Amino acid sequence: MENLLDGWGLTVATFSPLVGVAVMLLIPKDQEERHKLIALVTSLWVAFVSVLLLIGFDLDHTDRLQFVVDKVWIDVISSHYAVGLDGMSLPLLLLTVLVVPLCIVYSWNHFPEPRNPKAFLILILILETGMIGTFVAQDLVLFFVFFEVVLLPMFFMIAVWGGPNRRYASLKFFLFTLFGSALMLVSFLALFFLTGAESFVFADLADNVVAHGVSRTAQLWIFGGMLLGFGIKVPMFPFHTWLPDAHTEAPTVGSVILAAVLLKLGTYGFIRIAIPILPEAAVEWAPWIGLLAVIGIIYGALGCLAQTDMKRLIAFSSVAHMGFVMLGIATLTDFGINAAIMGMVAHGLITGMLFFLAGSMKERYHTLEISRLGGLLVQAPRMGWVFGLCAMASLGLPGLAGFWGEFPAILSAYSPGNGVPVETFRTFMVVAALGTVLAAGYLLWLLQRAAFGTPKEEFADDPHITDATREEWIAWAPMIALIVAIGIYPNLVFRVTDGAVDASLHECLQVNASELTSEQAEALGCADIYDVAGTDDGHGDGHADEHAAVGG
Amino acid sequence: MTDLLTLAASAAGSGLPLGITEGGAWLLRNVWLIPLLPALSFVGILFFGKRLPKGGSELGIAFVGIAFVLALFTAVAWIDHRDDFHGEEVTRTVAVAEHHDEHGDEHHGGHGHPSLAVHNTVTWFQSNGVEFTVGTLVDGPAVMMLVVVTLVSLLVHVYSTDYVAGDRRYTHFFAFLSLFSASMLLLVVSENTLQLLVAWELVGVCSFALIGHWWEEKPNSDAALKAFLTNRVGDMGLLVGVTILFFTVGSALPGQFGSFSIAETNALANAGALSHTALLVASCCLMAAVMSKSGQFFLHTWLPDAMAGPTPVSALIHAATMVVAGVFMIARMYGVFFEGFSIGGSSINMMALVGGLTTLVGASLAFVQSDIKKVLAYSTISQLGYMVMALGVGAWTAAMFHLFTHAFFKACLFLGSGSAAHAVHSFDMKADMGGLRKEMPHTFRTFVIGSIALAGLPPLAGFWSKDEILVGTGGWGLFGGTGGNGAYTFMLVMGIATAALTAAYMTRCVYLTFFGEFRGHGHPHESGPRIVVPLWILAGLAIVAGFLNLPKGFPLVPDSLQERFGHFVEPVAGYFPTIAHGTPSWSLAIFSTLVVAAAIGVAYRYYFVKVEAASKACGKSLTELPNGPTTKYPLARRGHNLLVQKYYLDHLYTDVIAGGTKGPLADVAYSVNQNVIDGVVNAAGENAVKAGNLVYHRFDQLVVDGVVNTSGRASSGAGEELRKIQTGKVQGYAAILFAAATVLAGVFIVIV
Repeated sequence: MENLLDGWGLTVATFSPLVGVAVMLLIPKDQEERHKLIALVTSLWVAFVSVLLLIGFDLDHTDRLQFVVDKVWIDVISSHYAVGLDGMSLPLLLLTVLVVPLCIVYSWNHFPEPRNPKAFLILILILETGMIGTFVAQDLVLFFVFFEVVLLPMFFMIAVWGGPNRRYASLKFFLFTLFGSALMLVSFLALFFLTGAESFVFADLADNVVAHGVSRTAQLWIFGGMLLGFGIKVPMFPFHTWLPDAHTEAPTVGSVILAAVLLKLGTYGFIRIAIPILPEAAVEWAPWIGLLAVIGIIYGALGCLAQTDMKRLIAFSSVAHMGFVMLGIATLTDFGINAAIMGMVAHGLITGMLFFLAGSMKERYHTLEISRLGGLLVQAPRMGWVFGLCAMASLGLPGLAGFWGEFPAILSAYSPGNGVPVETFRTFMVVAALGTVLAAGYLLWLLQRAAFGTPKEEFADDPHITDATREEWIAWAPMIALIVAIGIYPNLVFRVTDGAVDASLHECLQVNASELTSEQAEALGCADIYDVAGTDDGHGDGHADEHAAVGG
Repeated sequence: MTDLLTLAASAAGSGLPLGITEGGAWLLRNVWLIPLLPALSFVGILFFGKRLPKGGSELGIAFVGIAFVLALFTAVAWIDHRDDFHGEEVTRTVAVAEHHDEHGDEHHGGHGHPSLAVHNTVTWFQSNGVEFTVGTLVDGPAVMMLVVVTLVSLLVHVYSTDYVAGDRRYTHFFAFLSLFSASMLLLVVSENTLQLLVAWELVGVCSFALIGHWWEEKPNSDAALKAFLTNRVGDMGLLVGVTILFFTVGSALPGQFGSFSIAETNALANAGALSHTALLVASCCLMAAVMSKSGQFFLHTWLPDAMAGPTPVSALIHAATMVVAGVFMIARMYGVFFEGFSIGGSSINMMALVGGLTTLVGASLAFVQSDIKKVLAYSTISQLGYMVMALGVGAWTAAMFHLFTHAFFKACLFLGSGSAAHAVHSFDMKADMGGLRKEMPHTFRTFVIGSIALAGLPPLAGFWSKDEILVGTGGWGLFGGTGGNGAYTFMLVMGIATAALTAAYMTRCVYLTFFGEFRGHGHPHESGPRIVVPLWILAGLAIVAGFLNLPKGFPLVPDSLQERFGHFVEPVAGYFPTIAHGTPSWSLAIFSTLVVAAAIGVAYRYYFVKVEAASKACGKSLTELPNGPTTKYPLARRGHNLLVQKYYLDHLYTDVIAGGTKGPLADVAYSVNQNVIDGVVNAAGENAVKAGNLVYHRFDQLVVDGVVNTSGRASSGAGEELRKIQTGKVQGYAAILFAAATVLAGVFIVIV
C-alpha cells in the first residue's frame, strides 16, 4: 500500500479526473444524473487519494519532495515526467481537491444556462487535472503543459456559461494569460539552453544556474519573463484587468475555481520556480514586485470602493488580497513566503466562499447591483450570517483564516531578506497596513448595503428569496469550518509549509547576494535546495527508491 | 519560544530576569479556563440557544457566573502568590549585556522573589522554524481585570434578561455578549502581543455586532461601521507597532529573529537593551491604537455614536471593559511606553498630552448633549483620558485604580440611564425625561451615587482614584505632597479643570433626568428586580471601591489596609519599569474637592434654582433658561455651536476623509483602470487583430496560401470549420503568440 502510494499516488490523483472524463464522454448527454454522479465520485476519489497522500506524507520532513516519480518523458527535449509533493505544494493540492467536489455539489441543481451538465462537468474535471498537475509537477515542461491545460476549460466555461459580456471577458482572459505564458515559455527555454541543464527538472536547472555561471543580466531577463507570466496569472497590478471581467462574467462555479485555485498557480510559480531557480534575480526584482504588490493592495481596494456590482467588487478584492500574497513573497523571507502560502489558502477559501454567496444571491435576486440589494439578513438570515462571517474573514479579522495571510506578510516586510532594501519595504509595510483599513471599508460597506437594512420594495415579498439550500450548505460547510479552524489554529498550514519554505530559501537567500562575488555565490550557491532530487546525476528510479525508504 | 528561554535561578546572575515564573498555584497557571467558559457558552448559544427555554441567556449567565467565581479564586490565589511565592524566575540571555538591576530590594529574592507573574504557554504555530506560543501571563493587572470583566459582565447579563426581553434577536444578543466576554478575558491574560492583537480585534468585532444589533435601521449600522472603521485606523498602528517591537526585541536576543513575548519586550526595554528610537516609534504607533480603542482625542468620534447599541452593551463594552483595552494595553506594555516616551523625565509626552486633551474635550462635549447616553459616552471619553494621562505621567497604579473604580460607577450610570430610558422609551433627557425621582426611586438613588462617584466627591470611589491621578502629575508640592515621575503641572491643571467640568455636567444630567416635572408621555414606573439589583450592587461598589487603595499614612487606618490595591496590582518585576510614586497631600485633596463642590454649586444654582424658578413661573418644565448665556452672548453662542458640532471632527472624517476616499479617490482609481489600463489592453488587442488581418490578407492569403492552396485546400477547409466552432480567434492568436515566443527565445539566447 505504502509503496503503491509512493509510486502512483500523485499520478493517480492527477489523472483520475481524466478517467472520469473518458467515462463521461461515452455516456449520452441526456443522462444528466449519471454524469453528475460520475463527476462527483471522480472528484471524491481524487480527494480520497489526496487524503491518503496527506496521511502518508512525512510531516517531519516537509522540506523533502515526497512521492517522487521521475521518468524520462520526452527524450528529444530532455523533459521528464517528474512529480513530487512537499510542504509548499501540499496545502494547495488539498485546497484544489477540496474545492472541486464542493463545486460539483453546489452545481447539482443549479447548472447555469445553457445547462449541459455533461460538458460543464467534463470541463471542471479537466481543470482539476490541470490544477493538480501544476502543483505536483517538478519539471518545467510538465509544469507548463499543466499550466496551459487549465486555460482552455476555463475559457470555455466563461465563454459558454458566462454572463452577457462573456465573449469579451473570455477572450481577454485567454489572451492575457496566453501572452504571459508565451513570455514564460521564452524564459523557460532560455533557462534550459543557457544553463545547459540535462533536463527541465527544477532542481537540475537550479543547480546549473550556478554551475554554468549564467550571467546576471540573463538571470534578470529570465526572471522578468517569469514575472510577467506568473504575474498576469496572480494577477499583479497592472496586469489585472482581465480578472474583474472574467469573474463578473464567469458562472459561479467558474468564479470559485478561478479565485480559489487558478490565481494561486501564478503565486505558486514564484515560490516554486522563479525564486528557487533564480534567487539572485529575485533579490534584484524584489523591490519592484513589492512595489507592484502594495500598489495592487491600495489600488484594488480603491477599485472595490468604486464598484456598484457585488461580484465585481469581490473580484477586485482579489487584486488587493493577492497583493498581500505578493508582498509576502517579495520579502524573500521564510516568514513572508509562509504568509504567502497561508494567504493563498485563506484567499482561496474566503474569496471562494464569497463567490459562492454572490452566485446564490444572484440566483435569488437576479441582480447583484448593490444599490438594489439589502436586508439579506431579514430574508435569508443564515446566508446573511455566513456572508458576514466571510466578509470579516476577508478583511483579515484575527481568529479567521485571512488574518494569517495578511499580518505575517506585513510583519515580514519590516525585515526583508538579505539584499532587499529595508527602508523601501518598511514603507511598503505601512502602505500595506493602510490597505487593511480600506479592506474593512469596502467589505463592511458591502455588508451593510447587501445584508443589513430591510429588503428593497421590489424584493420584499419575493418568494424565491429563501435561505440556503441543502446543496449550498454541503458546499459551504467545509469551507467555513476550515476558515474558522485555520484562523484559530494557523499551525494547520504553517506546520506544513514552514520546513519546505525554509529549505527552499535557506541555501540561497541567507547569503547576502550583494556582498558576494560570483565565485563566492557559486561556492555557497543553491546546490542543496533540492538535495533529494539533485544529489546525483541520474533522475531515474534511484529517487523513487530513496523516497520509498523515506516513506517507509 | 519557551524552549529558548533558559531557566536559571536569578541568583546565578546569568541573563536578564524577566519577572515571570513557570510555577505557581494551579489556578494561576490554568487561568485560560476563564476565557474558555464564555467561549463555550458562545458556541452553545449559537447552536442551541434558540431551543433553550430562556433563549440561551441562562447558558450565558451560568458560564459567566462560573467564570466570575473562578476569577475570584484566582484573585485569592494571586494575593497568596504575590507575597509568598519563592519559585524560580525565568531569565533570558541577551545580546546587550548592560543589564543593570534597578528594581529595588524586592528584586533580589535569592530564589526568585515575590510578585513574579505566572506564565504558561503552548505552541500556536511555527514559522521560520520558530515556534510561536499562545498563553497566559497572570499578574496583578490581569487578575484585577479578570474580576472586573467577569463581574460587570455577569451583572450586565442579568440586567439584559429584563432589558432586552422580547427582543427580535434575543439569542444573538447573548451569544455576542458571551463572545465579547471571552475575547476580553483573552485580551487581559495575553502573554504576547500577537495574542493581544487577536483578542483586540475580536472585542472590536463584538462591539461592531452589538452596536449594530438593530441593523434594520441605517443609523445603527452606520454607527457600527464607524466604530469598526475608526478602530481599524488605529489598528494600523497596532499592526505596525507590534511588528516593530517584534524585530527590535529579536535584535537584542541572540539566535532569535524576533519575539512577541510581552515579558521579554518589557524586560529588555527596562534594561535599556532596545533602541530608544525604535521604542519611541513603536510607542507612537501603539498610541494610535489606544486612541481609537479607548476613545482618545482625535479618534474618539465613534464612541458617542456607538450608543446606538443596546444600553447593556454600552455599559459593558463602551464604558466598563472594552474601551479600557487601550488603557490596559499601555499598562501591559508599560516598559515600552515608559522608555519610549521617557515618562520618567517630566517632559510632556504624547501620551500625557493626548490623555489631558481628551479629558477636556470629552468633558466639554458632555455639556451640550441632550441624549443621556451621549452625556455618559463623552464622560467615558473624558475619564479614559484621565487614565491615559495618568499613565503618561507615570502614575501607573492611579490609572489602573481609576480604571477599576470607573468600571463600577460608569456601569452603574449606564445601566441607570437604561433603566430610566426603559421606563420612558427614550434617551432624550430634554424631551422625554424629568421628574423621574418620584417614579423611579431606586434608579434615582443609584444614579446619584454613581454621579457623585464620577464627580469625585469624597468618600466615594471616584474621589480616591482621581486624587491619585492628580497626585501622580506631581505638580503640586505643597504641604508635604511630592511628585512621582516629575512635575507635569500642565496635566495637573487639565485634570482639575476636568474635575470641575465633570461635576457640573453630571449635576445638569441629574437635574434634567430626575428633577423638574416629567416631560414625556405615559406613566413611567420603576424597573424590575433584574434591573434594580445590579444597579444597587454597582452603586455599592461605587461607594466602597475607593477604600481599597487608601493612601499611605491615612489616619485611623492600620498600615496593613493602606494601598492594598497598589500592592497587589502593581507589578514589581523585571518586566515592569521602576516608577516613582508621589506622596499624596491633604492640600491637593482638599483643593480639588473644593473645586468640585464649587462646580456643583454653580451648576446647582443654574439648574436647581434658576431653571426651576423659571419653570414654576411659566408653568411647564424647562430644561434651559429662556434667556441664558447662549442667547445673551455671541461668543457663548459660538462656543456652544462648536460643541454641538463636536469640534467639526465628524465632518472632517465622514465627509472629507471617508467621503473623499469612497468618492473621488476611488472613482479616479477605477476610471484609470477602465480607461487607461484597459484602454491600453483593448488597443493592443485591436491592433493585434488589425495586424493579424494585415498579415492574413496580405501575406498569408496571397503569398503563403498561393503556394499551399493547390495542395492543402482540404485541410484549410477543415481549419475554417474548426475556427467557426471556437467562439473567438483564439487559435490564431495562440499560434501568433507562440511563434513570437519561439522567435523571441531564439533572439534572446543569441544576444544574451
